[in-house]
Amino acid sequence: MSEIEKGQVMTANRLRDGEVVFLTRAGVWAMAIDEAVLAQEPQAVAALEARAKEDEKATLVTGSYLFDAERVNGKIRASHIRERIRAQGPTVRLDLGKQAEGTAGSFAAVEG
Amino acid sequence: MYRYDEFDLSFVKQRTEQFRDQAERRLKGELTEDEFRPLRLMNGLYLQLHAYMLRIAIPYGTLSSKQMRRLAYIADKWDRGYGHFTTRQNIQYNWIKLEDTADILDALAEVEMHGIQTSGNCIRNVTTDHWAGAAADEIADPRPVGELLRQWSSLHPEFSFLPRKFKIAVTGAPNDRAAVKVHDIGLRLHKNDKGEIGWEVLVGGGQGRTPMIAVMVRDFLPEKELVPYLEAIMRVYNLYGRRDNKYKARIKILVHELGAEKFRSEVEAEYARHPAQTTEVDQKELARIAEYFALPQLEKLSRFAPHFEQSKLDNKEFARWARNNLAAHSTQGYTIVNISLKPEGGIPGDATGEQMRVMADLAERYSQDELRVSHAQNIVLPHVKLEDAFTIWQELRKHDLAAANYGLAGDIIACPGLDYCALATARSIPISQAISRKFADLDKQEKIGPLKINISGCINACGHHHVGHIGILGLDKKGEEFYQITLGGSSGDSASIGTILGPGFAGEEVPDAIEKILDTYVKLRQPGEEFLAAYRRLGPAPFKEALYAAA
Ligand code: SF4
Repeated sequence: MSEIEKGQVMTANRLRDGEVVFLTRAGVWAMAIDEAVLAQEPQAVAALEARAKEDEKATLVTGSYLFDAERVNGKIRASHIRERIRAQGPTVRLDLGKQAEGTAGSFAAVEG
Repeated sequence: MYRYDEFDLSFVKQRTEQFRDQAERRLKGELTEDEFRPLRLMNGLYLQLHAYMLRIAIPYGTLSSKQMRRLAYIADKWDRGYGHFTTRQNIQYNWIKLEDTADILDALAEVEMHGIQTSGNCIRNVTTDHWAGAAADEIADPRPVGELLRQWSSLHPEFSFLPRKFKIAVTGAPNDRAAVKVHDIGLRLHKNDKGEIGWEVLVGGGQGRTPMIAVMVRDFLPEKELVPYLEAIMRVYNLYGRRDNKYKARIKILVHELGAEKFRSEVEAEYARHPAQTTEVDQKELARIAEYFALPQLEKLSRFAPHFEQSKLDNKEFARWARNNLAAHSTQGYTIVNISLKPEGGIPGDATGEQMRVMADLAERYSQDELRVSHAQNIVLPHVKLEDAFTIWQELRKHDLAAANYGLAGDIIACPGLDYCALATARSIPISQAISRKFADLDKQEKIGPLKINISGCINACGHHHVGHIGILGLDKKGEEFYQITLGGSSGDSASIGTILGPGFAGEEVPDAIEKILDTYVKLRQPGEEFLAAYRRLGPAPFKEALYAAA
C-alpha cells in the first residue's frame, strides 16, 4: 500500500534565468519538485505564500503560485499535467530541461 | 533586399539600451515585476513554462543569409541550439535568460533585427505572402505597402494603445497566401480592365476565441488613399471598440456587432471628415521603400533546364521533392524552393543552429542571399535557378531538410502547445508527430493531395486550427488533454472557418480519427477533387458517420 498525502506546492520561476523552482521546507527554492514542501494545513500554505512574496520582492523569483499535488511514497506528484511538464521538461525533447539535467521529478509528465 | 533605414536603426539601438537598463534595474529590485512585465513584453520577452522565451520579428518573413546566421548564433550561444519558426513569421527561442536578453538584442540590432512590438495592444508586425516578389501569379510585391503601413503605425501615438492587438496582412497576388480574410485588416491587390491596380480592403477577420471572416469595406481603393483610409478605420475602431471586455475588444467584434453596412458607412463618414492630406509624402516614401524590396538582378535564362530535367529522370526521390516543394517563379528559368521544416515525426517549425547555417549558406550561394519564413513554419529560398535545384536538394538531404511533403498531410502546422507555452491547455507537438508518422508514406500523402492540418494547444489559435482543412484544438477536460476536430476551414481565397465535427478525442485517438476522415474523403471524392472542395460538396455528414458511427 502506498501512502498518499494531498496538499499544495509553491512554485515560481527564478528571476534571472526563468528556471522553474519549488519552495522547500527550509524556505529555499529548489530545482527538483521532490525537494518541495507539500503544504497541507492553511497555516503552512500561508507561510509559503508569505515566503514567496518576500522572495519576489528580493528579486529571487517571479510569478509564484501554488498548485495541487500529492506525496506518494515520499515523492511529489503534481495533479495537473502542466505542472508535471514544468517539473520535467518538454515531453517532445527529452534531451532538454530538468529531465536531462538530473533535476527531474519522479513522476512522468504523461501517465498511463 | 529589405534593409532598415537609419531612423529605424537608431531607434532599435536606443530601445535595446533602454532595455538593458530596465533589466538591470529589475534584477536589482528597482523595478517590480508589474512595472517590468510590460517593458519586457514590448521587447518580445515572455515568461513561459520552462524559461523566458524571446520572440523576434522577421518583417515580411524576409531574411538575409547574414541574419539567418545570426539567428543560428543566438540559438547556439544563448539558447539550446535551436529555434522555433512560428505561424506569425517570427522566431522564438525557448530557453532564454533574462540576464542575457540585452546582449541578444544587441546581437540582433547589429543585423538590423529586433523583438519590438510583437506584443501589446498595438499594430503588430505586418505580414505578407512568403513568396512576395517572386511568385509567378503576383501583380505587385506587397511588401512596400506593408512597410509603409508598418512605419505609419509603429510610432503613431494614436495607435499605440488600441483596445486590443491589431494584425494586418497584405497580399499582392490573386491567390491569397497571406490569409487576408482572417486578419483585423486584410489588403488584397487587384488589377482592373484598364490595367490599373487597386486594393481590396477587408476588415474584421480573426481567429482566436471568436473566429470570423473579414467583411469587405472597399473593393478597389487607389493606392495613394491607403494610409488615410486605414486611419479612418482605426479611428472608428478607437472610438467604438470595446475596452471593457478583453474578449470583445477586437475589431472583428465591432464590425460584426455594428454589421458590415453600418461599419462601412461609419468608416466612409470618418474618411470624408479627414480628407487625405499626406498622400504625396506617402507616395514618395512608398517609392523609396520599394527600392529596398527591388527584385534582385536575375539572369536571362532559357526556359529549359536540362540538368534539372535529367536529375528528375535519374532520381525519383528528387523528382518527388521537385514536384511538391518547388513553386513557379515570375522569372523564366528560376524557381521558388520551399524547405519543409516538417521531417517525419519532427517538431513543426523547429530548426537547429546547424540547419539555419546550412540554409543561410544555400541562400547566399543560390538564392540571391535571401530567405523567407512562411506562416506555415517553413523556409523559402525565393530566387533559385532551376539548374541549381538538384545541388540544393542534395545538400538539404544531408541535414534532414529535404522532406518532400510541402503542402501535403505531413506539412502540419502546430503551435508549441503545452510542451512550452504557459497559456496552453493541451500539447500540440506530440499530436503533430503522431499524425506525421501515421502518414509517413509519401505515396499516400501524394494520393491524398493538398491538405492543411493545423493544430493549436489552446483557444488562442496560434496554430490557426480554425482555417485548417482539418483543424485540431487541444483542450483541458478535468485535467486531461482532449482534442476537438474541425473540418472545412481555409485561409485561402474562399476563406472559411472550420466546423466542429462532434465530441472530442483523447490524444492517442487523434491519428486514427484523421485517417478515418481522409479514407472517407478518398472514397467519396470525384476525380481531381481536393479535400476542401470535396468537404464543401459533401458536408460534414459522411465524415461524422465515419468518426462516430457505433464502433
Ligand atoms: S495556441 Fe495557445 S498553446 Fe498554442 S502557442 Fe498559442 S497560446 Fe500557446
